[in-house]
Amino acid sequence: MTTMLQDIVVKRNVPTNQYTPKDFKVDIDVRWCAGCGGYSILSQVQRIMPELGIPREKIVFVSGIGCSSRFPYYVNVYGFHSIHGRALAVASGLKIARPDLSVWIATGDGDCMSIGGNHFIHACRRNVDINVLMFNNEVYSLTKGQYSPTSQPGQKTKTSPFGVVDDPFNPASLALGAGATFVARGYDRDPKMLQYLFERAAAHKGISFVEIYANCVIFNDGAFDKYTEKEYRDDTTVWLEDGKPLIFGKNRDKGIILDGFTPVVVSFEDGNYSPNDVIVHNEKDSTLAFILANMTYNPNVPRPIGVFQSIEKPSYEEKVENQIEEVTKKLGEGDINHLMCGEDFWTID
Amino acid sequence: MSKKVEHLDKVTIRFAGDSGDGMQLVGTQFSNTAGTVGNSVNTFPDYPSEIRAPEGTLYGVSAYQIHFGSKKVNTIGDKIDVLVCMNASSLKVNLPNVREKGIIIANTAGFGEKNLKLAKYETNPLDNGSLSKYQLIKINMSEMMKQELADLGISPKAVERTKNIFALGFVYWLFNRPLDLTEKWLKEKFANKPQILEANLRALRAGYNYGATRQEMIVQYNVHHADLPKGTYRNITGNEACAIGLVAAATKAKLPLFLGSYPITPATEILHFISGYKQFGVKVLQAEDEIAGICSAIGASYGGYLAATTTSGPGLSLKVEALGLAVILELPLVVIDVQRAGPSTGLPTKPEQSDLNIAYYGRHGEAPIPIVAASGAADCFAMTIEAARIALKYMTPVILLSDGYMAQGTEPWRIPDMNELPDLTVNFATDPETFKPYRRDPSTLARMWAVPGTPNLEHRIGGLEKEDITGLVSHDPLNHQKMVELRQKKIDGIANDIPLAEVEGEQSGDLLVVAWGSVYGPVKTAFDELREQGHKISYTHLKYIRPFPKNLGDILSRFERIVVPEMNMGQLADLLQSKFLRPVLRINKIQGMPFKAKEIEIKLLELLNNKGDK
Ligand SMILES: Cc1ncc(C[n+]2csc(CCOP(=O)(O)OP(=O)(O)O)c2C)c(N)n1
Ligand code: SF4
Ligand SMILES: [Mg+2]
Repeated sequence: MTTMLQDIVVKRNVPTNQYTPKDFKVDIDVRWCAGCGGYSILSQVQRIMPELGIPREKIVFVSGIGCSSRFPYYVNVYGFHSIHGRALAVASGLKIARPDLSVWIATGDGDCMSIGGNHFIHACRRNVDINVLMFNNEVYSLTKGQYSPTSQPGQKTKTSPFGVVDDPFNPASLALGAGATFVARGYDRDPKMLQYLFERAAAHKGISFVEIYANCVIFNDGAFDKYTEKEYRDDTTVWLEDGKPLIFGKNRDKGIILDGFTPVVVSFEDGNYSPNDVIVHNEKDSTLAFILANMTYNPNVPRPIGVFQSIEKPSYEEKVENQIEEVTKKLGEGDINHLMCGEDFWTID
Repeated sequence: MSKKVEHLDKVTIRFAGDSGDGMQLVGTQFSNTAGTVGNSVNTFPDYPSEIRAPEGTLYGVSAYQIHFGSKKVNTIGDKIDVLVCMNASSLKVNLPNVREKGIIIANTAGFGEKNLKLAKYETNPLDNGSLSKYQLIKINMSEMMKQELADLGISPKAVERTKNIFALGFVYWLFNRPLDLTEKWLKEKFANKPQILEANLRALRAGYNYGATRQEMIVQYNVHHADLPKGTYRNITGNEACAIGLVAAATKAKLPLFLGSYPITPATEILHFISGYKQFGVKVLQAEDEIAGICSAIGASYGGYLAATTTSGPGLSLKVEALGLAVILELPLVVIDVQRAGPSTGLPTKPEQSDLNIAYYGRHGEAPIPIVAASGAADCFAMTIEAARIALKYMTPVILLSDGYMAQGTEPWRIPDMNELPDLTVNFATDPETFKPYRRDPSTLARMWAVPGTPNLEHRIGGLEKEDITGLVSHDPLNHQKMVELRQKKIDGIANDIPLAEVEGEQSGDLLVVAWGSVYGPVKTAFDELREQGHKISYTHLKYIRPFPKNLGDILSRFERIVVPEMNMGQLADLLQSKFLRPVLRINKIQGMPFKAKEIEIKLLELLNNKGDK
């Protein structure tokens, strides 16, 4: 590329020990409420950034609007706080233009799935190599507490004083249905889990969608306690691990089997089932991913957490560049004078 | 037999037929040939909004109009001199616009009983004497081609499809035009289909020879080449000129080009063209909607590209919020709006100067965006370059207004040398010592452009108000006022960097016509006509609307009366009134159709004859 950009797009290798998490902190006050789930997400991002081996100047955080979308201000990389719902559109344009950048998106359940729903499904479909961190607090927080597309039936908010009558999106199913190649779910209360998921997302080529249960202490406090608090979570969630059976419970005495296509909980205690009978997770199996994602709102099974799917497909921006290369090979590099003259020109002298 | 040759200054031909008859194709060929022999040419394709309207119907008529001459032609021609009609419906629809004594070339095969019924004719107009005011030339083109191609053994359908080329050949003869350009084109188009090529080449010559040998046809016309400035020319539509303009601008800026767009009539072709320019390294995203179109372009611009988005009215409406974002981010962005008749879906295939107001005012907050307006198809190139120049130099979105008329019509374009174009190179910020995201160049007030990937310039920007210089989020009341004023001042300052407005005719006096956009053609034609008749009248055409040229206020103050002809209710007129506190007269046509020169001439004449009209 003989452009003004050519010096900027070059690769620069940084040893993974060059940075510490502190290098990714910004010297301004973080303006989230005390106890907001955002804090944990922010620290885990800052913690894994040094490990990625990517120069700081090559990392960009793009966001929309919402409490969660304040995120880019707090990470010492390039940051772009856009408008409500459009983070994925901005980020797609940026990544297509600049495949050399590591592009991350911080977005909320409203930002990503309501006003930005169209951009979300199309970014998934295209498989642009970007990392989407969706802070799901099942509410619109910045606007002070209205229900969102992930709010639960019956949930009382300012716009649903008598309870939500809408059915929610299941973000993981939506992402899978739209063709996302990496789909995962985690929660704010478990730093190690988030670090693991963020590293996986960073390593994945193509779109990575990570739904993060993020507690909003003001407008939906405790929404996820059932799944994230120590006293319940072993029994209410199941951790998805590639190649491992779906076993859960405080005593790891329960598992999930498939009855037809329906996941069913079984106990190993009465001797009818053993760990050998349960589903073995396979991140490359898209059909399984759909089944597991569909467990989300099923009250009879634990809530799946972890990586639903991770499959390889060429990324969009790569295909765009390949096509440019192919066409250029076939037609030769574009000649602007020829383009301007076209086929039928004449001269007056 | 001696043939008579008459010389004409200007001629308007309209090829009309059914949607499937290939009228656009022969029209384009004729205009290319006319351009090549040095005529001044102006064309307009006029096709139904239905993709495949039922055959033979009145609403399925497709036409291509060409106005060409040995003098500069600025419009597609008010009245048709030569109508080629391939069927009854195409005669019916176009007859009202044929001038008295004009030539009508009719394909009699398209006037069968079924055709007449579809066209709602009781009796055949070719035979009932109703066309006696015109010179009627009846040819059974379908039958002629059947005989001509009998030995080729191609399908009757393929034979029928050559009749448009026959018609073209005949019109070439009528105007004494060479066949070689079309022959060359056919050879390229049908390189892999030798039989079809042969059929079409024969059709072209058969049409030509038919003219040469026809007994009762004796007049042939000649239109000399026009006195155009020296240079290399081609015919170009406004849309193609915009597309090429974007690539040329990126080349001059030494930046890669990104286009984020969503298809919409009549802007889609720009997206079509640029999608075909991959060999220039252009990246194109056909986005999921117009919002994604502009937002992806803003993302690419943030990444250091010359970024553009193209659309028409409904799409511009969707882009409004993101335009405000581009304003506060102060990132370069070219927005091309090919206007069509609104509101809502309106008349989607018809032109209107519909969007000056939304371009000027259509944002929340104080969000000034420079507006430039092309005056015709060829001018779209120059104004695209201007839009890019202003965007890059001043770090701002710029709106270029085109319209459906110039977007699809063609004009000869004098192809500039790349060296004639302004230098558009930019300086990215690289020095951490001096870098502040909102530090401005004191001469342009443009902020620094630091693109991701530049070491040690990591910074955060966004739609929240910025603190002056540092670019940090700021809710400080005085800072907000300061930033609003700075952004306005930056845009106002562009007035020092654009050409002054010019006045044709008297430099001061009674009546000044002010216009913008594609009304240039008819206004200029009417204006020239009135000047020729000895009237005192003046004309200023505006290509820069925000900011206005510095001298515009002064120009307006030198005239008693100002009149603005517009294809809307007076959007520029309102703007002039509010900016310059002058009453402005209006001539408005809001019919989804361009003005005819005559219409403007008559209105202006009324004004000239009634000095009291204010
Ligand atoms: C176009 C537009 N519509 C509405 C808003 C108001 N608004 C800002 S954030 C928001 C919802 C945020 O919810 P979510 O994305 O879940 O983020 P959270 O605050 O919960 O993190 C809304 C409705 C806006 N800023 N822009
Ligand atoms: S309102 Fe909720 S989401 Fe917003 S900062 Fe406070 S706790 Fe976090
Ligand atoms: Mg939310």
